[in-house]
Amino acid sequence: MGTSVPRKSKAGGEWSMKVGIVGYGANLPRHRIKVEEIAKVWGADAPSYKKGLELFEKSVPALDQDVITLSVEASRNALARAAKVDPAELGAIYVGSESHPYAVKPSGTVLGEALGAFPRCHVADFEFACKAGSEAMFVVYGLVRGGLIRYGLAVGADTSQGAPGDALEYSASAGAAAFIIGADNLVATIDDTYSHTTDTPDFWRREYQHYPQHAGRFTGEPAYFRTVLAASTALLDKTQLKPADFSYAVFHQPNGKFPMRVGQMLGFKKEQMQQGWLVPWLGNTYSGASPIGLTAILDVAKPGERIFMCSYGSGAGSDAFVFTVTERILEVQAAAPKTRAMLENDPIYLQYGEYAKLRGKILRV
Amino acid sequence: MSTARGYREYPQRYRYEAAVCDGCGKWHFPPRLICDACKSETFTPRAMRRTGTILTHTVVHAAASAFADQAPYAVAIVEMDDGPRVTMQVVDWRTGELKSGQRVKLEFRRISEAGPAGTITYGYKAVPMSLLA
Amino acid sequence: MRDVAIVGAAITKFGELWQQSLRALAVEASLAALKDAGVDHVDALYVGAMSGGLLVGQEHLGALLADALGQSHIAATRVEGACASGGLALRQGFLAVASGAAEVVLVTGVEKMTDVDGVVATDVLATAADQEWEAMHGVTFPGLYAMMARAHMQRFGTSARALASVAAKNHAHGIKNPQAQFALRLTADDVLSSAMVADPLHALECAPISDGAAALVLVPATKAMQLSKRLVVHIAASAQAGDTMMLAGRASLSELAGVARAGALAYQQAGKGPTDIAVCEVHDCFTIAEIMATEALGFFEPGQAAAAVEAGVTSLGGRLPINTSGGLKARGHPVGATGVAQAVEIVTQLRGEAGARQVAGARVGMTQNMGGTGATAVVHILEVR
Repeated sequence: MGTSVPRKSKAGGEWSMKVGIVGYGANLPRHRIKVEEIAKVWGADAPSYKKGLELFEKSVPALDQDVITLSVEASRNALARAAKVDPAELGAIYVGSESHPYAVKPSGTVLGEALGAFPRCHVADFEFACKAGSEAMFVVYGLVRGGLIRYGLAVGADTSQGAPGDALEYSASAGAAAFIIGADNLVATIDDTYSHTTDTPDFWRREYQHYPQHAGRFTGEPAYFRTVLAASTALLDKTQLKPADFSYAVFHQPNGKFPMRVGQMLGFKKEQMQQGWLVPWLGNTYSGASPIGLTAILDVAKPGERIFMCSYGSGAGSDAFVFTVTERILEVQAAAPKTRAMLENDPIYLQYGEYAKLRGKILRV
Repeated sequence: MSTARGYREYPQRYRYEAAVCDGCGKWHFPPRLICDACKSETFTPRAMRRTGTILTHTVVHAAASAFADQAPYAVAIVEMDDGPRVTMQVVDWRTGELKSGQRVKLEFRRISEAGPAGTITYGYKAVPMSLLA
Repeated sequence: MRDVAIVGAAITKFGELWQQSLRALAVEASLAALKDAGVDHVDALYVGAMSGGLLVGQEHLGALLADALGQSHIAATRVEGACASGGLALRQGFLAVASGAAEVVLVTGVEKMTDVDGVVATDVLATAADQEWEAMHGVTFPGLYAMMARAHMQRFGTSARALASVAAKNHAHGIKNPQAQFALRLTADDVLSSAMVADPLHALECAPISDGAAALVLVPATKAMQLSKRLVVHIAASAQAGDTMMLAGRASLSELAGVARAGALAYQQAGKGPTDIAVCEVHDCFTIAEIMATEALGFFEPGQAAAAVEAGVTSLGGRLPINTSGGLKARGHPVGATGVAQAVEIVTQLRGEAGARQVAGARVGMTQNMGGTGATAVVHILEVR
């Protein structure tokens, strides 16, 4: 474990020490496929995906990109924005994903080695469908707050797969977000958190199965909406904050429609959600989804602005966070590639055949 | 690539660690045990900056067996900003971005894998800097 | 050092020789060379072969061939320097005779490449590159030479068409060599319209994958007349030099410094210069290799070779015919055999036995053989006096 930090005074059972984000970064593949290109192959109705679910295109990892490579690049960007953090000071590295390249052998060991963080470090891979990234953030936050480590790295990354022709194929995409969490040099404080978890079987993948399965419309109201609303409402209650107190909000975004609807149900306005709403052009990056949205918000946020984030992982659970941006944000925003710039900067569009090859849906014999 | 063969080169493949000659200051990548310039046998390890410039390149159509799925793929000799010239693949390029003088940045990518059940070898590849925001 | 002569020379047909094994090819060339020399025993054998191990699973080729020749008692050594293995074997044979260590030496170059498929052969050839820092990144041999070609094009304005004309010329020569793998008339347009292998090199700019063997018998020049009735061909120079293992390590990517060093050493040994050479076999594993080698050997100023090829200077009938055998491109390139086959061609030329491809009155010839991207370079000058 990393160097422990001196514990500050306790007040009313709560640590008064400020813990938050020291550096953040994202990484997105350059390749994209449009919804029409997928719909054409399966005889599906592209407008229903575009208008109904607000999905236009999605990122596709190249053959040489996976959760580990995306995590390394996102983490390097996070370190670039956490200029004072030596990678060797990272006391914990957690990678949350549902598409770790190895079933057995952590993604985090490769990541830590690539960053030069080892050997004094605690490493684990997390999995909880689409909330494994926020889960990693939650745990690192806890370790820093508890004084066990000085800095920790939390990554949410996925190269998620949708079965050919399945509704998920229009959204399942790739990307990563990484956060260095600590108690000094913060760009945003983590003011409070709340987790809500139940056993809700809306989406799963059995061992040795290549593609996940889902419970159709059951993934909506009884799963996503119920869980996100419960976690978000509880955190707003706990913090005594109203949607109007936030400049930005970002929710797990399996498609374009769900996060906007859940945000509006909570009382957030579209304008608050616009900046972190990447899914129409990025697709659903699963464990990366709300964390990448958060990076896009941090790229433009101003000191003093408050951000609400709520993830969702099928199975099911939500981790909700309240952040407040600090003065230091202005020093770091330009220190690494910005998320929306990565999303918009001259993508390479694929035809379905190329996409099928890149995603291992067709194999050379 | 055998697991041990990849493992012992992590400092270079993952962190671009060069050997800087204590005798004459020349940067060697990959590291050497004796400096070809001054014959010194002591070096200080230092990570190269991740940026460089393409000197020459090719697009390989008839692939080596481990790279068959990637064909055609680009390979270049990149002069790193710290001096060493290094052979590597160039990825995520578009027409016009594969040329001498093109500025590139090293990214962490999969290089090859020992079949679907074997280990994955990771390392460096060059990405044109024009697409890095 | 004793003056060394070549009194026996032979070559098998090169090509895809489905009926013949590595052993059969090596024996065929060796026996023919011994018969050509009129000798029935040798003191030592040097076998040039790049990768018996990976191509046919057979190492220990010195002992294998000596035994197959019925001479299992002799000193038999396999020599390896990637595609320069044959040239190095010749040089080792030369040194053995020149030093007085041996009186009669057999040098055999051989490679059997078609028992594996083309992708495996490509991988085997790539073992001549640095595995850790070149091949591991997916660069193939055509890829390395393609990067040299691009560097040459950028520096000197060398055109793709000029490169293609090297292949066209060597195929025109190969038609006149009955041992050549291909008897194929090709135009530069044909070459340029063939599939891209490694941009800017097309399939018809790359030497083929071949089976074949070639052999030479070496003796002290003073004994050549007694031992053999053949016209004595002297080894006027045997020179070897090196360059960085990795292409990326070179100060210049558009020059073959190792070849230039070996060439300079050879000229010095022979007391000759580029203008003394009447016929030359160079290592045209790729079209660009011939361009760069002929510049390195001083036949042309850097950047001038391409124009000379297009002007016919290096064609049969030109001022300096290069690769009258068809070169690696048309004769074929069983890698370990190549360096020896080049010397067989020059011996044939100097003896005046080259038939339709004879360079009239040739008395001094040169061979240039290299391994990898020129990390091993060997040059021989042969002469009839």
